[in-house]
Amino acid sequence: MLKNLYSGVAGLALVASVAAAEDVEVLHWWTAGGEAAALNVLKDDLQGQGIGWVDMPVAGGGGEAAMTTLRARVTAGDAPTAVQMLGFDIKDWAAEDVLGNLNEVAEAEGWDKVVPEALQYFSKDDGNWIAAPVNVHSTNWVWISKSALDATGLDAPQSWEELIAVLDAMKANGITPLAHGGQAWQDATIFDAVVLSLGDDFYTASMIDLDPDALGGDTMVEAFERMAKLRSYVDDNFSGRDWNLASSMVINGEAGMQMMGDWAKGEFLRADMTPGEDFVCIRFPGTQGAVTFNSDQFVMFDVADGDAAQLAMAKAVMDPAFQSAFNVVKGSVPARTDVPNDAFDGCGKKGMADLAEAGSNGRLFGSMAHGHSVPASVKNAIYDVVTAHFNGEYDAATAAEELVNAVEFAQ
Amino acid sequence: MPARTPAPDLRSRLQAWIPKLVLSPTIAMMLAFVYGFILYTVYLSFTNSRMLPKYDLIGLENYQKLWGLSAWWTAVGNLAVFALLYISLCIAIGLALAIFLDQKIRGEGLLRPIYLYPMALSFIVTGTAWKWFMDPGIGLENTMHLWGWESFEFGWIKDRDMAIYTIVIAAVWQTSGFVMAMFLAGLRGIDNEILKAAQIDGASNWNLYRRIVIPMLRPAFLSAFVILSHLAVKSYDLVIALTGGGPGRATELPATFMYSYTFTRNQMGVGAASAVIMLMTIAAIMTPYLYAELKEKR
Amino acid sequence: MSHVTQDSTLRTSRANRVLIYLVLLLFALFYLLPFFVMLANSLKPLSEITGGNMLALPRDWTITPWLTAWSSAQIGIEPTGLRPYFLNSILMVVPAVAISTVLGALNGYVLTKWRFRGDTILFGLMMFSCFIPFQIVLIPMATVLGKLGLAGSIPGLVLVHVVYGVGFTTLYYRNYYAAFPTELIRAAMIDGAGFFRIFWRILLPVSGPITVVSVIWQFTNIWNDFLFGASFGGTAQPMTVALNNLVQSSTGVKEYNVHFAGAILAALPTLLVYVVAGRFFVRGLMAGSVKG
Repeated sequence: MLKNLYSGVAGLALVASVAAAEDVEVLHWWTAGGEAAALNVLKDDLQGQGIGWVDMPVAGGGGEAAMTTLRARVTAGDAPTAVQMLGFDIKDWAAEDVLGNLNEVAEAEGWDKVVPEALQYFSKDDGNWIAAPVNVHSTNWVWISKSALDATGLDAPQSWEELIAVLDAMKANGITPLAHGGQAWQDATIFDAVVLSLGDDFYTASMIDLDPDALGGDTMVEAFERMAKLRSYVDDNFSGRDWNLASSMVINGEAGMQMMGDWAKGEFLRADMTPGEDFVCIRFPGTQGAVTFNSDQFVMFDVADGDAAQLAMAKAVMDPAFQSAFNVVKGSVPARTDVPNDAFDGCGKKGMADLAEAGSNGRLFGSMAHGHSVPASVKNAIYDVVTAHFNGEYDAATAAEELVNAVEFAQ
Repeated sequence: MPARTPAPDLRSRLQAWIPKLVLSPTIAMMLAFVYGFILYTVYLSFTNSRMLPKYDLIGLENYQKLWGLSAWWTAVGNLAVFALLYISLCIAIGLALAIFLDQKIRGEGLLRPIYLYPMALSFIVTGTAWKWFMDPGIGLENTMHLWGWESFEFGWIKDRDMAIYTIVIAAVWQTSGFVMAMFLAGLRGIDNEILKAAQIDGASNWNLYRRIVIPMLRPAFLSAFVILSHLAVKSYDLVIALTGGGPGRATELPATFMYSYTFTRNQMGVGAASAVIMLMTIAAIMTPYLYAELKEKR
Repeated sequence: MSHVTQDSTLRTSRANRVLIYLVLLLFALFYLLPFFVMLANSLKPLSEITGGNMLALPRDWTITPWLTAWSSAQIGIEPTGLRPYFLNSILMVVPAVAISTVLGALNGYVLTKWRFRGDTILFGLMMFSCFIPFQIVLIPMATVLGKLGLAGSIPGLVLVHVVYGVGFTTLYYRNYYAAFPTELIRAAMIDGAGFFRIFWRILLPVSGPITVVSVIWQFTNIWNDFLFGASFGGTAQPMTVALNNLVQSSTGVKEYNVHFAGAILAALPTLLVYVVAGRFFVRGLMAGSVKG
């Protein structure tokens, strides 16, 4: 019924667009082989509907370069049709009043029912759909080398104490227990998980509500002490290392585990390792059942011509088949919860189940490290403190104090 | 009326306008796209602009914020160290190579591009090569250990106090060849007769260069100084590729600071304020130098 | 090639010459070292890089990374390699370098040989303009380009590069011409030669070395620029944006061998300019023209 209604509307719009040969211009930073190829599926889908795809890839800094380009484009009055965007960037752009409106297709397709509420917070502005979410990455994963774990004789850790026991045992076995790259966002990724392991309420109060008492309180000092503890399991040579080189340390057996988002899985799979047999994926000990996420979304800009193409693209992005195909390649999970999990591997299936569970229990939280809990200025201010502490500039108590100052300053 | 034109007949009066006409497009572009934009930035630094420019004035708040940021002072301190070492090393190496290369060297045509090529490569990728090379785990230190020199240590890039010097090394590598080319052009512009005359008078090579050649290269020094300080102030790719500003924020420079506040941290007002301070500092350093350098020519 | 007329040097002892060659060769080694890292790793399979010594020569030589970088690496959603982006860069670089160099040469000529009241201040302002940080230029420039209808086009990029390059070219030529004897110009004026005739006949023939420097500088900077290309290039993205896309994938697998091959490929046009332009580094023309 609804589908028919929608195609009627789209058909009407298409009458105008056939002559104009509508295109969508897409600004994104998915340029790595697999994910770009997966995006090609979307392009072909649209081309089948007579809609051209004008590609505008700008990679770098996890989307920072693309956001700079976007600013120039919008200022010049030449906004792209759709832009890949993360978290609070979407909120910031919505506030500038330059976005389009997807309500028509969202209603027809029933997005409200299938997209987790925590994601809708970003995809909607003032009750209107402005973006189509593509995926959900969860960031509180630990990737453990199975052989290194077996060598310790211990089980995969379920709590902070067990984690420390495993790390100590790995150290005793003469490998680097924790593979890590010293870049601000990687430090912050671990910090996210550590904070969450100290309680959902603590995460909400400190990383989302930015409550000064939580930011500077004893629990935060404890969080920083845990960070310092983890720091002691990292090799001396970690500074500036790319995350994928840290992954290969685990793959080569030089290191025992890595704490990283689900994109790391791709590195393991590429090295012909099988989940469960060669490596183990677990949630950061103490955060089982909860998920910190980041979600890539295609934000639609208000463009003079190309409305119909824009809506068609939004619809294609939310198509379950595309969501499945794309996310299998990307290592993430679909942004809608009704996609079949047949195509996913063990870790992927676990990720989907975790997401659905966390979503329904209210334990799905935006990741601070990946810009889904606070605006960019605050995020970077937190980065500064976390990184400074991780590199030994502050002790735990000072770090908690500095965190309060830095956050206040950035707001 | 131009002071130096000869006998003012009709034709030369017409001629007198041509030079100004020739200069005018550049001046127009400069006023609009450089000085106009600088004024715009000064204005922005007094506003609460965050992601995109906003035009409500908020007074000196951005400057106060900037003053209170330890990262800004680190960046400024780093720039002082970096610029001083980078500029003096590049000039010393560039001048020495140019003079040596000017001694009828066999294979000049081969050596010149070797000295120059680092400029051609984008730091987006050469940064990776340098990063590996200086990484104690996989680079030079590791290789030396493999060759049996166990006590060799080169871990500057991982050391908060030394990392800035690795940036100097990579930066000197990249541009000293170009400085060589600038001096070589200057040397090749000098009239040989002067050199021959001096040599006939019995000047030693050392004195010849010190007393005659190097003073004649003064304009080339001016070019080199301006180019190098410009590069020092704008060094961005290099830092991002090599250390990403780390370890911690130990190698942050004003250019990376400006970029991150203007674009990634959505605090455009603070970014603009830092740009204004940078420009004022440059003006304060350059003006006396330019004044001394240009006044003499009159 | 150019050595015939070069005779600046003077008597140097054999020992000194050996020393000079030694220093020159040592520096050549220093400059070549990172290139070696890049070249060696661009000829290895990826597993050999991530698993082994990054400073070692390849065990399995392979040319595949080069082919991949050129024609099949994933740049956007299409696996096009760097190939299609070369043309965009060339269409942008050639006019931008030509215009800014010609303007710079003329400006330098006016500022040294046709001086007028206030010219020094103008030159000072031009030099200071070289220091404007590109970060602050981006947003106002986008507004202007949008108004001019040049946003997202190659002419727009050419304009931007000319605007921010002409200060440098003027600096080079002005400082080079400053050393040229003004008496010659005056003599020509008395002979009745006009503005352009003097430039063409007297200054241009001796401008070889500085033109090399200016072209090298402009070509390199414009070719390697990323910020303007990404912001104002629209769909005509230049080479660097493509190279950056190849290298900077944040969550994909990093193929370092392809990155290095791509970087060297992307630099080939610039290297060609260095070698070709180097031929004009000649000496002695000035002396010839002095004698008349």
